[in-house]
Amino acid sequence: MKDILPEVDAWRTAGSRVAIATVVKVEGSAPRPVGATMAVSSAGDLAGSVSGGCVETAVFEEAQEVLRTGQPKLIRYGITDEMAWDVGLACGGTIEVFVEPVTE
Amino acid sequence: MTGLAPSRVEMQSRLEQALATRTPVAVATVVRGGQVGAKLLILPGETLGGLGDAPLDLAVQTDAPDLLARERSETRPYHVAGHPEPVEVFIETFPPPPTLLIFGAVHVAQPLSRFAKALGFDVIVSDARAKLATVERFPDADRVIQGWPDETLAEVEILPNTYVAILSHDPKFDEPALIGTLGTPAAYIGAIGSRNTNEDRRRRLAEAGMSPEQIARMRAPIGLDIGAATPEEMAISILGEIIALRRGRDGGSLTAATGRIRGAREEAVAAR
Repeated sequence: MKDILPEVDAWRTAGSRVAIATVVKVEGSAPRPVGATMAVSSAGDLAGSVSGGCVETAVFEEAQEVLRTGQPKLIRYGITDEMAWDVGLACGGTIEVFVEPVTE
Repeated sequence: MTGLAPSRVEMQSRLEQALATRTPVAVATVVRGGQVGAKLLILPGETLGGLGDAPLDLAVQTDAPDLLARERSETRPYHVAGHPEPVEVFIETFPPPPTLLIFGAVHVAQPLSRFAKALGFDVIVSDARAKLATVERFPDADRVIQGWPDETLAEVEILPNTYVAILSHDPKFDEPALIGTLGTPAAYIGAIGSRNTNEDRRRRLAEAGMSPEQIARMRAPIGLDIGAATPEEMAISILGEIIALRRGRDGGSLTAATGRIRGAREEAVAAR
């Protein structure tokens, strides 16, 4: 989380709202460890990562929804039959990503 | 539990203050069941915020120091009165960063300082030579100390998360740095030099009264065996050795390895 603080501060100073996504659980093999974070702004900026690129686009969309609703959200990503070719993790693991708005 | 709940801004500013002052700190967040999104900031002897249940706050506060000591963050289930399913709390820890103390403000020390900063180390560079020990040469370093090794060691406390790289190539700097650090709890002490230099160096350290155990702690020639030739490559070789040591690994090629790719060796064993 420390690594994305400069971006979060800069975006907020510029007037954007910001959501932070954090890997809170990893099962099996996954590209980024627990604690990896990604920040997304209402202006469409993105910093950091929660996987090796496999689910960042999906998390970006979820983060936009979290910014609209103000409600934090826990999302599970992994290889399932219907997700294998969609937003599944290439490495075969499962991750849980918590997406929350940065609030006052 | 009286008074107004602290604002998120206050919690964020206390977190950033703790990070800046190298205070061990943890942030707990309810991620499933219970009051999702509720946060507790855990500082030494103090907490801010709350997870929506006082016994839960206490249980999480009790678990945080062990996670901090192991440099781990994880989601744990807690049984909370009134919730049939466990409430899951993500405990993110921010242990103070390790320090890299570099003796010898030489060419190799410049990429080493830069790369170590990128890896999250606090970097201190020390050299008695005023021409070399300058902030201009080490813009990324947290501290540049112009002084002899004994002067530097009087100013810098060597902790179990201190890593020492001795790079000056000159016995009149290298040996006091080695003698001054081999008896400390430093996690790593590496010294540059050829195999011949290191034979002489080990003999002189013994003559200076260092024990065989202390001399055996020295990693010399410093770095992993990757054929490093340029200052940048040597910096990678040194940091590779430091990362491997931090994680209890040998530093070989993953092609030839088995088990888990990431993290400490004991986690790899526990995961099998």
